[in-house]
Amino acid sequence: MSALNGTAVIDADVHALVPSIERLFPWLDAHWQEVAQTTQFRGPTDTPYPPSAATSMRPDLDPAAGVAETVEDLRAHVLDPTGVEAAILVCAYATEAIKNPDAAAALSTAANSWVAEQWLASEPRLHGSIVVPGLHPTLAVEEIERCAENPRFVQVVLPVRSFAPYGNRIWWPLLDVVTRHGLVLNLHFGGASGDPPTSVGWPSTYLEEYVDMPSAFQTQIMSLVAEGAFDRFPDLRVLCSESGFAWLPSFMWRFDRLWHALRREMPWVRRAPSAYIRDHIRVTTQPFDVPVDEFPRVYDHIGSDELLCYATDYPHWQSETVAAAVPPLPEGPALQAILGGNARRLFGLGGERN
Amino acid sequence: MCTTHELPPGGRRIVEVEGRSIGVFNVAGDYLAIRNRCPHQGGPLCEGVQVGELTSDLPGDYEHSRPGEMIRCPWHGWEFDLRTGASWFDPARRRVRSYKVQVVPRGELEEPPPRPGLHPGPYTAETVPVTVEGAYVVLELAPSGN
Ligand code: FES
Repeated sequence: MSALNGTAVIDADVHALVPSIERLFPWLDAHWQEVAQTTQFRGPTDTPYPPSAATSMRPDLDPAAGVAETVEDLRAHVLDPTGVEAAILVCAYATEAIKNPDAAAALSTAANSWVAEQWLASEPRLHGSIVVPGLHPTLAVEEIERCAENPRFVQVVLPVRSFAPYGNRIWWPLLDVVTRHGLVLNLHFGGASGDPPTSVGWPSTYLEEYVDMPSAFQTQIMSLVAEGAFDRFPDLRVLCSESGFAWLPSFMWRFDRLWHALRREMPWVRRAPSAYIRDHIRVTTQPFDVPVDEFPRVYDHIGSDELLCYATDYPHWQSETVAAAVPPLPEGPALQAILGGNARRLFGLGGERN
Repeated sequence: MCTTHELPPGGRRIVEVEGRSIGVFNVAGDYLAIRNRCPHQGGPLCEGVQVGELTSDLPGDYEHSRPGEMIRCPWHGWEFDLRTGASWFDPARRRVRSYKVQVVPRGELEEPPPRPGLHPGPYTAETVPVTVEGAYVVLELAPSGN
């Protein structure tokens, strides 16, 4: 843990797992409780983190013990040992998998209420992420309006795999409400809209889905830039979680280069795409997608101290120890920015905002 | 370099002058000239497609102006302003040299310049007097003001 000593750390991605639909009953009305009790409907059972996968759970945690289902777990496993000043709690409840709009909205509301009452209210270091019915942008806007009244929610979480790219104008009412309330748009690993999880169709294994995930992040970033989302909503800020980051330099170079050639399709994009990315996009450090020794070189190519935000991705298992999740940079402003400063400004914690 | 008849509106000619390839364009009556060498990777810029200036204030807006005054390099599509040589996306650093073009009435030219790349040879063929109406397009190699 020594790497964290003396630095104010913000963990930009820790998880709360809804164990079952019953846990949400206190916030579900009689109708949806009855549906869950009398039919096969179990809410969103799709998960980007299959319980049996080695990446889904830290090996020191017992999957049978209901890990990450209570705030006490989170305190014991992450908040206290790492001594973080704050952590961004993500409940990746896959309500985008639910086709019935009313059920998707009811479960999103219930999950947000569960997080607000059982997690945020009892742990001041936590800041929440609003779950929305991702197949239904209009209902998503309503849920954001409702939750935004609670200042402990600091972002809206959308799965990176969507039924339509997020720069598309069908999402603009959502981008508008996110921006108006000063929230961050969190694009998160996973997504179960029913479309194939890769751009070329259905893979056979979870490994393929997992390794392919950065391509979905690239597609979303391209869409937001190319469709002019950042021109239309200049205050829009996006955090990509569990996206990896080593692909950023080549992706930005390629995007810039082809923008020179094809920019007439999007004349509103008046700066190089990499300039929009550096201004509007932030990326969590877990999982590392580069050998630790190579990190400083990749970091150099990324060309900005403001892009990366430290995260443990608890309880998912990406590195041997929490300390191993700390980027191997010398003590100094760059490391401090990654460990805390970037997230502090992104989320406006401690009065800072950019 | 040629008579105005030989370079009508919408036309272009690529000429070789003192080892430099230069494109001269007649854009709606204005004569504009830039070096036929793209500052990106040396592509034959003046062989590209002429387009208007396209700007936008917001997604969904397409403000089209100055038809034909921009040229897109045939190699990688970078856009340059035929009036100034400036590139679209990095006008300060990426520019192609532009030249001044004048139209001079026929009588005021001391003698019509030889065709670029041609030199007078020792033989003379029988000629027939031909009258050309109009004026000459003259390219000045000194760079224009910008
Ligand atoms: S050489 Fe002209 S755009 Fe590349």
